[in-house]
Order: sequence, then C-alpha cells, then structure tokens
Amino acid sequence: MAKILAVDDSVSMRGMVAFTLRGAGHEVAEAENGQLALDIARGSSFDLVLADVNMPVMDGIAMVRELRAMDAYKGVPILMLTTESHTEKKMEGKAAGATGWLVKPFDPEQLLATVKRVLG
Amino acid sequence: MSAVDLTQFHKTFFEESREGLDAMEAALLALDSGSTDHELVHTIFRAAHSIKGGAATFGFSDVAAFTHVAESLLEEVRSERRAVEAELIDLMLRSVDCLRAMLARSSSGQPVADADSEALRGELMRLASGEAAVATVVAPKAAPANGWDIRFVALPHLLQTGNDPLRLFRELQQLGRLEVRRAFVVDRAPARLADLDPSQCHLGWELRLHGAVARGDVDAVFDWLDGDCELAVEAMAEETPAAAAEPAPAGVPAATPAPAADPRPARETAVASSEGGSIRVGIDKVDALINMMGELVITQSMLSDIGENFQLSQLERLREGLLQLERTTRELQESVMRIRMLPIGSVFNRFPRLVRDLERKLGKQVKLELHGEHTELDKTVLEKIGDPLVHLVRNAIDHGLEMPAQRKAAGKAETGTLKLNAYHEGGNIVVQISDDGAGLNHAAIVAKAQQRGLIAAGQELSDAEVAELIFQPGFSTAAQATDLSGRGVGMDVVRRNVRDLGGSVGVRSESGKGSVFTIALPLTLAIIDGLVTAVGHERYIVPLTSIVESLRLRPEAVRRIAGGGEVFHFRDEYLPIMRLHRAFGCADAITDIERGIVVVIEDDNRRVGLLVDELLGQQQAVIKSLEAHYRRVQGVSGATILSDGSVALIVDVGGVVRLGRRSKAA
Repeated sequence: MAKILAVDDSVSMRGMVAFTLRGAGHEVAEAENGQLALDIARGSSFDLVLADVNMPVMDGIAMVRELRAMDAYKGVPILMLTTESHTEKKMEGKAAGATGWLVKPFDPEQLLATVKRVLG
Repeated sequence: MSAVDLTQFHKTFFEESREGLDAMEAALLALDSGSTDHELVHTIFRAAHSIKGGAATFGFSDVAAFTHVAESLLEEVRSERRAVEAELIDLMLRSVDCLRAMLARSSSGQPVADADSEALRGELMRLASGEAAVATVVAPKAAPANGWDIRFVALPHLLQTGNDPLRLFRELQQLGRLEVRRAFVVDRAPARLADLDPSQCHLGWELRLHGAVARGDVDAVFDWLDGDCELAVEAMAEETPAAAAEPAPAGVPAATPAPAADPRPARETAVASSEGGSIRVGIDKVDALINMMGELVITQSMLSDIGENFQLSQLERLREGLLQLERTTRELQESVMRIRMLPIGSVFNRFPRLVRDLERKLGKQVKLELHGEHTELDKTVLEKIGDPLVHLVRNAIDHGLEMPAQRKAAGKAETGTLKLNAYHEGGNIVVQISDDGAGLNHAAIVAKAQQRGLIAAGQELSDAEVAELIFQPGFSTAAQATDLSGRGVGMDVVRRNVRDLGGSVGVRSESGKGSVFTIALPLTLAIIDGLVTAVGHERYIVPLTSIVESLRLRPEAVRRIAGGGEVFHFRDEYLPIMRLHRAFGCADAITDIERGIVVVIEDDNRRVGLLVDELLGQQQAVIKSLEAHYRRVQGVSGATILSDGSVALIVDVGGVVRLGRRSKAA
C-alpha cells in the first residue's frame, strides 16, 4: 500500500479523501495548504501527492512547481484535484509539473480508481 | 452505492462553508469600502470555489449549482475580465445570504432551492454575460472502431511529470489486446550514451489496440499527457480477418470516466442531528492542558510515594506535595475553562454587514470601528450576546446617529462613528457600543415614560434615572417606528438577555455628543469567585463581584418601615435588609440583626443588604445547575460542592436584589 499526501484547505474534502484512502489501506498524511505540504514532503517521502488547486498561503500550482524542484519529488506522481470549469488551471498545473488531475466532484470510487490508475 | 459513508463529512462541510461565507462577506465589505487588495478577490473566489466543490462532492446539488454561477462571475473578476462594481458586490452579498439559507436548509434536510434562490441565480447568470449555466462539455461519441493505431512519442520531460509510459500501456491493456508494433529512439536523443540524462525520455512507440474500444476510452488514457507527448490515434488501418474475428477480450471494464453531468447519488437527506455543538480549540490550549496533566501525574506519583511508607519526618514533603497539587489543579482548571473561551471577533464580524445595510436603508453615513476582537468570552455567553448587540447597534444607528445634513448643521463630521469595543475589566468582560450621535433625547424619553405611566407627570429625574427608563419593560421610543428598531423588542429584552448571562447593561449619554452602552459579562459561566456565608446550618455563596461591603449593624441603625420591611442607612441611602434565613426558610439561624452580619450586594446600581450568620471565607465555586438536578429556585442561581463535600447554594444576586427592592417597596 502506498504513502499518500493529501493537500486541501477544505476540511471536509480532505477528510473525505483521507478517509477513503485509509479505508483502502493507504497511509495518508494531510496538509491544509501548499506551504505545509512542502514542509511535510521535505521531512518524509510519498508515493503520490493529491492536491487541491485553490488554497490560501500557497496554492496547488505553486506547490507542484516547488515539489518538482526537489530531487526526491522529480518523478513522484502528483494529481491536482480540480473542477471542470478550469481547463486553463489544468494546463497551468501541467506546466508546473503535475502528473494529471481528478475532476471535482468525485466520489470515493472514482478517487480510488484514479489512485489505482496512477500507482498501478 | 458508495462504500464510504459521506454523511459523516456533512457537519464539517456545513461548518467550513459557514466560515467560508463569513470570510466572503468580510472580504466583500472590504472591497465595498474601497479596498483594492487583490487578495480579497482571491479570498472570495476561494470560499465560493470550496463551497461549490464540497457541495457537489457531498451531494448538495442545488447549492453546487448556485455557487457555480457565482463562482463563474468571481472567476471573471479574479482574472480581471470584470471590474468590481457596486452592483456586483450587492449581488454577491445577497448570494452570501442566500447560500447561508440554502446551507441551513440542507443541514436540516429541507428542500434547498426555493423561488428566491432561483431568482437570484437568474440574476447572477444574466450578469455573467450570457454564460451558460453549466458549461458541460460532452465528450464526442465517436463510433467505436475495431481497433486503434496509436503513435505515441514521449517528449523529453514526460517522466518529470510523474507519468510513466508503462502505466499507460497497462491501462490500454485493460481496454483491449495491446500490440507493440515498434518501439524507437527518437532522433533528438543524444548520440553519446554519456550525454544521456536518465530523467529525460527519448522513446516512441507504435501501438495497436485491438477490440471494439471507444475512441473516448483511448483518449482518456492519454488525458493527462496533453503537451507531454506527440500522439496520433487513428482507426485501425487494416485488420486481418483472424484478428477481426477475435472476440473482444473478456472483462473489458466499462472504464468510461464519469462525465460532469453524471447524476450524483440521491442526496442523502440525513437530518443533521440536534447540534451538540463542537468547538474549535487552538492547539496551544490543548498543549497547556497536556502540560498540566503531566504535572498532575508527577505530583500524584510523588504523593502516593509518600503515602506508601509515611514517616513523620516526611511531613514537610507531604505539605509541599499538597501545595503543588493545589497549584496544578488550579492551573488545570483554568486551562480547561479556557477551552470554552472564544474570541468575540466572531460576533463582531457580523456588524460590518449590518452597518452597511443600515447605512443604505436609512441614508446615513457610518464608520464602524471594532476594537478588542481577540477578547475571549465563554462560548455560551458568546452565542447569546449576539442578539442584544445587534439590537444595540441597530438602535445606535437608527436613533443615535443623525442624518448627514443634521450632523453637518451641528458642526460634526457627516459620517458618524460607531465603536464596538471589548476588553477585560476585573473579573468581567466589558463590551461597549458607543456612537457620536445626538445622545439620548431626554425630553422624548420623559414624555414617553409619562404617557406609558412609568413616571408621574412633573416628576424630576436625574440624567441617570432618565437613562434607566429606556430599560423599563413596556418602554419604546419608537415614535418613528422604523422597521429596524421597532420590532417589538425593547431595551428591556436586551437587559433581560444580558442578565440571564449573569451580566449587566447600562448607558451613559451626553446630549449632542453621543451615547455609550456598556455591557459587563462574567468571564465564564461555570466558575465564580464567591464568599461562603453561613445561615443556620446552610451555606450560601455570594458572588464576590457583586459584594460592595460587609458590615455589622448596631440596632439603632435599623429602621422598620410600614409593611414590615427593614432598612438601614448606608452611604447616603436607605437599603432594604433581606433576611436570607427568612427568604430561604433556614432553621436555627441568627435572627438578631446586630448579632449577624450584613453583606451589601449590588446589581445594576441597586443594592440590598443580606443578613447572614457569619462569613466563612472566600472560595471558587464550580456552578452546578440546580435546574438540571432539582428545579428552579427563586433567588438561587445554582449549587456547588464545598471542600468538605457539603452542598452550598449560590445566591442569584439579580434575583435577590429584585426581591429585596420589591419588599421594600411593598
């Protein structure tokens, strides 16, 4: 099972993501913004990072850029949790180095399917 | 049906959405008052965005649909395609109100969208320059072919996005039989091995996917790789009959990604259970608690160590240990109490909006100043102080502050100032609402009071007495019964509410300069510092904050008045004596006034003397509700357990003073 970092400023969304992943046997660390996620990422290692785009302090895009600049996270899959209405955000995320995205709203099954897709 | 029960996140979602709306409102008001801070726009957008995402995820589709439209507008603002105009702010503020109502209905399981919300959504859509309500992109339904030829060339940075060609092949394999027809190194690859950067990818593949696979499914596999590869997908050129006859691989998963318009699972109408109420506690408070707990454990082990083989020589150590226990217990108690304390800012925050709305409605100009937002109050007090404050703020703007022209004529700034201030004072939290308006209109108040029969005609009243009149039941100055203040809620209700919280409210006013309403509230409802008194065999606790003085009276200082009441002279006034033993029916109590002791207590500037047998000392009392364990008793606000294990009743000062004054009047 994988070690996953879940980053979202919404407590309910983060809770849902973490709960679902833990239920599937993954080890999940949580962070409420990009800055905190970077701190946690630095002190640990993860197989996958799931990040919301719109967050205070540091948004998801900037976080991806910073993560990719770290040696340990050059090739780690990073998925953006984003909404349909922001195609340009997807591209911005891609440009920053995101692996892909999961479109909100998603349900626990979709989340698990996508995670499985990335982790194999 | 989902294996994960999403209803468990609903409460959190509602809580954070309410907070988000508060933040949104505050930011909108800041923009409204002319701020150009772009971060405000981000805050507003983020709040709407989170609510939309959460609502959609947790199945509140009406809320999601509404927020979606608002968010689209906000996105235009954020990307500077739309200016922040008064109309937009108005609309957004109304949207905040509407969303609050929608969320409230959601949390109680009622139908969410109503005529109002739909009308408002229509307005938002109209403003959003003809943007479609939901921009759902329906994936083109290409006719399934017998198979697909895929030419896939990775761009050098592909691996650096965390994507892996192997993963893609695995996914394709799940759709149908995958044949790798050719793998090649692209021309741009460095010629020398030494120049090869392992993080760069220089490979390409020609693949053939056999089977009746929908084009959309193939595209979905490469969905994330837009810009990371060169991709060409074509219907299979020629298929050998043998291959064509090949049955589609068993177990082709219906891996169609759910389109956005996918109907969400029916909204779970779990009625939010009666809110037990939760509290967010700063981590520092929890840490302090854990710290104290640690010390308590150490002290406990030290004491049990002494106790196990006690020798008289250890008496000093025992005493030390007990002292430490006392100190730690007190600190622990304080730490626990602090958990219930929340900053008053959460109540103050609703006023910018209220003030703005009142300004528009009344045509007045008001500058609102907030001070001491970080002052902490007991959660229960905080929840109940909102309404009285709203009433006082309304009154101040409606009756206190004058119209701009009037102010100008009086030589004042056209914009009136309304100040809310919270601070600690002694054992109390004081909240002041002050305005620089016209002050109380004495003539109007007196006239009104006479008309209502509260005072006799021609009665001379001091300023303080006139001010007191507005707190009288049945008094309302709403001569110009506006729809703001004249809602049948008078100042007497404000006072009653504040009193119910163990607090007091008063007013100072100066004609032409303004009024100051002062609310004093107890720090916490659960603990009081009290004076333990004995009445017969009973113990009564009098809250320290209400004690003016304790004194022994000589017989000649007591006067009997008609009706059986007793009064005594105290600092230029006659105070009624209230015999506690009589009021509470205690046997074996001292009945000679000169042998007992009189405790002068005060509530709302009104005093009475309580006759008790003796004073036993000061003690902190943890208030236990008498109502919950027994029943409501007049003159008693609660009970507590004394250090010897006996029960003492806590005197309800307000109630006792009212009782005492009544008996004097009788």
